[in-house]
Amino acid sequence: MARYVARRILQMLPVIIGTTFLIFLMVWALPGDPFAGRCGQRPCSDAYIQAETARLHLDQSLPVQYGYFLGNMLQGDFGTVSNGDTVLHQLGRAFPITLKLTTVAIGFEIVLGIGIGIIAALRRGRFFDRLTLLTSLVAISFPVFVIGFVLQYIFGVRLGLFRVTVQSGAPWQDLIMPGFVLASLSLAFVLRLTRASLLETLNADHVRTAVAKGLPRSLVIRRHIVRNSLIPVVTYIGADVGVLLGGAIVTEGIFNIQGVGGLLYHATKLRENATVVSVATVVVLIVLFVNLLIDLFYAVLDPRIRYE
Amino acid sequence: MSDPDAFATLDTIQEPPGGPAAVATGAGRTLAGDAWETLRSSWVFWSSCTLIVILVVMAAFPGLFTHVDPASCQAARARISPSAHAWFGYDVQGCDVYARTIYGARASMVVGLIATLTAMIIGSAVGVYAGFFGGVVDALLSRLTDIFFAIPLLLGSIIILTSIPTPAGSAFFSILKVSAALAVLGWTSTARVARSSVIQVKQADFVSASRALGASRTWMIRKHILPNAAAPIIVITTISLGSYIGAEATLSYLGIGLQPPVISWGIAINDAAAYVRSTPHMLFFPALFLSLTVLAFISLGDVVREALDPKAM
Repeated sequence: MARYVARRILQMLPVIIGTTFLIFLMVWALPGDPFAGRCGQRPCSDAYIQAETARLHLDQSLPVQYGYFLGNMLQGDFGTVSNGDTVLHQLGRAFPITLKLTTVAIGFEIVLGIGIGIIAALRRGRFFDRLTLLTSLVAISFPVFVIGFVLQYIFGVRLGLFRVTVQSGAPWQDLIMPGFVLASLSLAFVLRLTRASLLETLNADHVRTAVAKGLPRSLVIRRHIVRNSLIPVVTYIGADVGVLLGGAIVTEGIFNIQGVGGLLYHATKLRENATVVSVATVVVLIVLFVNLLIDLFYAVLDPRIRYE
Repeated sequence: MSDPDAFATLDTIQEPPGGPAAVATGAGRTLAGDAWETLRSSWVFWSSCTLIVILVVMAAFPGLFTHVDPASCQAARARISPSAHAWFGYDVQGCDVYARTIYGARASMVVGLIATLTAMIIGSAVGVYAGFFGGVVDALLSRLTDIFFAIPLLLGSIIILTSIPTPAGSAFFSILKVSAALAVLGWTSTARVARSSVIQVKQADFVSASRALGASRTWMIRKHILPNAAAPIIVITTISLGSYIGAEATLSYLGIGLQPPVISWGIAINDAAAYVRSTPHMLFFPALFLSLTVLAFISLGDVVREALDPKAM
C-alpha cells in the first residue's frame, strides 16, 4: 500500500508541474499587455510599471518567472492583489463558503442521485424509469445558468420559497437552492451511473443465489445488490467533490455567493493575474489531491483490489 | 447485461419474414447495421435528428424564418412583452427577440462545429498515436493529456479568453477565439477515448495478421485501426458538440465569450439576466433555443452510444 501511494504521488508530480506551468503560460505568455486596464481609463505611469515589473520579475524569461512563482508558492506566498490584500487571505475567506455549498450539493447527489437511481433500476423499463432517464438527459443538456435562472425565477421570485440571492456569511438555508442548481448536472450522472451499475449487479450470480435460497427481497436489495453496485458511484461523487471545491463560477455568480468561483471570476474581470494564477493552481491541486484520495479509498471499498 | 439484445431479438421475430430486419440478422450482420436497426425504431433518434436539421437550416438561412432585421432596434419599444406582432417580444435595446434568437443559431453552430472538429482531430491523433505505438510515446502523450485534462474547461477558457485581447468589432476573430479556447482544452476526452479503443482493436487477430503480411504502420492505422476504433470517437464527438455549444453560451453569458457585434444566445441571456424579475421573456426564449440545441446533440450521441454499445451507461 505504501509503495502504491508513493508511486501515485510520483506520477502526480509531473502533472502538477505541467498543469501549473500551463496555467502560468496562459496567463502571462499569451499576447496582451499585462498592464492594460490596470490603471483605469488611462495608461499606467512609468514608475508603476517599473515597480510592478521588478516585483513580478516580468523582465526575466518565462521559465525564470515560473521558477520564482513556484518557489514563492512552496513558501506559502501566493501573491498579493493590487489593493494590498494577500491571495491567501482572500482564499481563506472564500473557501469555507465554497465548502458549505459543496456539502449541500454533494448531499443532493447522494440522497436524490443514488435514491432515484436505485428505484429506477428496480423498475426498469417502466414509466418511472423512462421518466427519470428523460429528466436526467434534460438536466445534462440544459446549461447550468439556464437551470439557475429558471429555478431562481420560479422558486425565488414567483413563489418566494427561497431567498433570491445568498446573504453574506452564506447561512445554510440560503444555500439549498444554489446547492441543488450546482448539483443538477452531477445528480443526473450519479442517477444514471447508479441505475446502470445496479442493472449489471441484478444479473450477477450471487444475487440469483441469494434469491434462490429464499432471502427476503429487501435484504437482497440492501446487502447483495446496492452495496456491490456503489463503487463506481462513490468514485464519481468523490471526483465531483474535487471539482465542486474548485468553485462554481456560474452558480456563485447567479446567487451572489462570495466563494472561490466568485473570487476567480472577479479576478479575471479585473485582470488580477496573480490571483488568477494562484487560485487556479490551488483549484487544480485540490482536484488532483482529491482524485488521489479516491484511488486509495477504492481499496477500502473493494477488498479484491490490490495495489501491487 | 444481455437484455437489450434479448429485446432486439424479440423485435426481429415480430417483423414479417423477409423484411429488412430479417436480412440484418443473417450472416452479414455488422455493428453499424445492428446499430441502425436499433436507431430506426427510436423516437429519440428521429426527434433529435429533426431538431438538428431545423437548427442547421436556421443557422444557414435565417432569412427563411423571419423577415425582421435583427439589427433594427428602437429604444422606444424596449422590453415590450410578447404579442401577436412580435411573438417573442422585444429586448433591452428594443430589438425583436424572435429575429435575434433565429439569427443567434449561426454563432452557436459555427463555434460548436469548429471547436468539435479541431478537438476531434487533435484528440484522435494524440489518442491513436499513444494507443498504437505504446511505450515511451504513450507515456509522454498520456501525461500531456493528463496535464490538459486537469484544467477545468470553464476555468481554462476564462484564463485564455481574458488573456487574448479582441479587436473591437471583429465578429470572425471573436468566434475563432472562443472555438480555439474550447478546442485547446477539450481534446483530452477524445484522446482518452481514442487511445483506449485503439488499444482494444490493436490486439485483434486481424491486426497481427496484417502485420505478419508486412503491412506498414500507416496502412494498418488507416485500414484496420481507425475504422474499427471510430465508433466511440464519433459518439463522444456528437456529445461534445452539444456541450461546446453550452460552454460557448456560458462563456458569452459571463461576458468573456463572443462579443456584441456577434448575435448569440449567450450574449442575449447575459443582457437579459439583469431584468429577469420584471421581463423574463427576454431571457426565456434564447435560453429555450439554446437548451433544445444542446439537448438535441446530447440525446443523439446518447442513443447512438446505446445502439453501438448496449453495455454502457
